Amino acid sequence: MSLFKTRLFWIALGIVVIASTLPLYVSGYILGLLTVAYYFGVFAMSWDLLFGFAGEVNFGPTFLIGVGAYTAGIINHEYGLSVYLCIFIGAMASVIAGFVLALPALRVRGPYFGLTTLVAVLMLQNFIVVFADLTGGEIGLTIPDVITINASANYWIALGFMSISAAVLYGLSQSPLGLVLQASGQDPVQAGALGFNIVKHKLFAFIVSAFFSGLAGAMLVFYFGTASVGTVVDVAVGVQVIVAAVLGGRRTVLGAALGAIFLIVAGEFLRPTGELATFIVSAVALLVVLFFPGGFLGAAMSREARS
Amino acid sequence: MDATSNFAPVLEVRGLTKRFGGLTAVKNLSLELRAGEIFGLIGPNGSGKSTAMKSIMGIERPTTGDVVFQGENIAGLPAHKIARKGFGMVFQHSRPLNRQTVLENIMVALLPDSLLMLFADKALTERAEWIAERVGLAAVMHRKPPTLPFADLRRMELAKAIARDPKVVLVDEPFAGLTLAEVGIFSELISSFRDEGRAVLLVDHNVKSVAALVDRVLAMYLGEEICTGRADEVMRNETVRRVYLGGAIETSARPETSFADKVPLLQVENVSVFYGKAQALDNVSIHVHQGEFVSVVGLNGAGKTTLFNAISGFLPYTGEIVRGGESLRGVSPAKIARHGLVQCPESRELFGEMSVRENLDLGGHHLSDEARPKQIEWLFELFPILRERQGQMAQTLSGGEQQMLAIGRALMMQPKILILDEPTLGLAPVILEQLSKALEKLRQTSDITVLLGEQNVTFALPHADRVYVLEHARIVWEGDPGRFAAEAGEGYL
Ligand SMILES: Nc1ncnc2c1ncn2[C@@H]1O[C@H](COP(=O)(O)OP(=O)(O)OP(=O)(O)O)[C@@H](O)[C@H]1O
Ligand SMILES: [Mg+2]
Repeated sequence: MSLFKTRLFWIALGIVVIASTLPLYVSGYILGLLTVAYYFGVFAMSWDLLFGFAGEVNFGPTFLIGVGAYTAGIINHEYGLSVYLCIFIGAMASVIAGFVLALPALRVRGPYFGLTTLVAVLMLQNFIVVFADLTGGEIGLTIPDVITINASANYWIALGFMSISAAVLYGLSQSPLGLVLQASGQDPVQAGALGFNIVKHKLFAFIVSAFFSGLAGAMLVFYFGTASVGTVVDVAVGVQVIVAAVLGGRRTVLGAALGAIFLIVAGEFLRPTGELATFIVSAVALLVVLFFPGGFLGAAMSREARS
Repeated sequence: MDATSNFAPVLEVRGLTKRFGGLTAVKNLSLELRAGEIFGLIGPNGSGKSTAMKSIMGIERPTTGDVVFQGENIAGLPAHKIARKGFGMVFQHSRPLNRQTVLENIMVALLPDSLLMLFADKALTERAEWIAERVGLAAVMHRKPPTLPFADLRRMELAKAIARDPKVVLVDEPFAGLTLAEVGIFSELISSFRDEGRAVLLVDHNVKSVAALVDRVLAMYLGEEICTGRADEVMRNETVRRVYLGGAIETSARPETSFADKVPLLQVENVSVFYGKAQALDNVSIHVHQGEFVSVVGLNGAGKTTLFNAISGFLPYTGEIVRGGESLRGVSPAKIARHGLVQCPESRELFGEMSVRENLDLGGHHLSDEARPKQIEWLFELFPILRERQGQMAQTLSGGEQQMLAIGRALMMQPKILILDEPTLGLAPVILEQLSKALEKLRQTSDITVLLGEQNVTFALPHADRVYVLEHARIVWEGDPGRFAAEAGEGYL
């Protein structure tokens, strides 16, 4: 296993190095696509930390993403603060919103946690529509500033951000803290009797997840130049994040990023098929989940473990 | 022992009461635990032993009463705080981390409750290794739990409970499901906790082993204390005998020639089953006549459950399984069950969030509207406690009550062939006696055929007309129960 861990590290590093050379020879269109995919990768990895390790199904990843994205966007729009400050404030807003949501939600057991998170998304969506003056409503919010207009630079920022997030989230998942988190998800009663404050650990996982989701959400809107319900809040976006994580492999963190990139890229390449695209991607996702419940990376790892 | 009894108790429970809605599971219970003492808690199923333990540990919040540990009242604190004060608990059912090694599982128990713990230090690993060795897991500590035999999983639970060197260890049913030899080893382990000066609270239905191990024992019934004292005194107590121990199990075998059918009702011929590369059944052949009671005796991991699952249609196999002249190959499990071959699985498979009554009604849903109440009535005679618990959610039942419900649900289906896989797991002696009588009555009044899988031969033998011994995936002995002790009893008796 430890051999595999180091192998995994070199493989990941290799992929990142190769990916970083892409701007030298691929079109701006593909770069743009991958930029979005990398941000989605962070959404999916953050989600897997909660589901795969803490054992909590968050049906509302877009609540955390959306709060980060809109806070950053609104502050930039209203007060014209610098982009980086806006992004930071967005991430913090997401952490606070996550804390306020999770504290009561984690006290209820089982599927109710998931339902609470789902309701939160719907509330956020309503809020955005109702306070259209502030948020741009259904049309969306135009954001005056951007990080940069250089496609390659945007690409590298997204890649770097995803890599760092992956290192942090993966490292966390493999640390003793990750073990405790997993034990709390697996058997909360026993974890409590072993001396672990379950609520504290799960809350921590939720906050970490919120931080990275919010950060990625904020960065994404500065890349797009707009924030809209359809891109960062809608339940369908959340479902896509969840599917990506499950597709890539539960409890692998890194698999989630692969799943997200696959979903976004496949969706784009199938775009000429029109409505059929969503169907094909969904069908592939369904097949993977049915026949390789461990996902891409889960299947690869169990083969590795067997040999 | 006598020297230690002079010390002040480490743990004092005073007037502990725990209510669940209208049910008082533990009523005004008081006990004292001293360092270096093993204190037993016995009582019939549902008498409140596990609830008392969970209330001490903080997993359940006591309704009233004090739990005083080293002079401090800890009643009502959350479990993680109580654990950190010096308590460890061994759970009957636990879900280990299956993707981590045994060592990592033990290491979890050693970690501090801190969010800053990002790297495990060397000392932690060494301590975990030492504990693994201490409980006899040295050889397997780098393996993952799903690949371990049952007894090793139980060892791992012991290891986790004592990892942080607790002063008080609570152990709920450590012997359930273990073989005779393993019970011996676990008894030694538990008594070594005593030698290290820990106070141990022990619950188990293996009366012999508990009696041999404990310094004092408290017998409970309906949540209340009956009496406390030395094991031999308590076992002699009239009430304890009546409500817990019951009488001896007795019946007699019928010779195989007395079964009229020439072709047995159920024939398993040269059946082999593989899980991946591992062979779980190797050319197993058994047969059961109409109306016959056959026991398959085997230790953990011998393949009993695999055999039953193959018969019930859950597993692919090579060879033939024939019922009443018709091959069962390719017949769906649901259809096999509908036609009267019903298995009561070891894992119980209850509908946890449905009530007791709903579970039973599901079992009897194919019965006619007149037959169903009659069958339920009959079942309530057999397991009176289920009548009282009708409205309760199945997952909140005590361990033994769940076992009764699982058997009860299988009986509601009025099976023609009933497969009971380890039915005695977690049952109090008195319930074993009741179950035994019920089986005997079934045998006399109906033509039900029973296939019983057990490692508890004191239960398996009296109910068998014939016995098979399954060892390492193979049938190694067949014969009538009278000859078992002499020819195959080693390791079981
Ligand atoms: N959460 C709950 N809600 C309602 N009733 C409960 C709950 N937990 C336990 N009970 C009931 O309290 C009683 C005592 O249960 P407990 O598990 O303590 O029994 P036990 O003595 O450990 O029995 P066993 O020997 O079968 O394990 C049982 O009748 C059980 O059905
Ligand atoms: Mg119990």
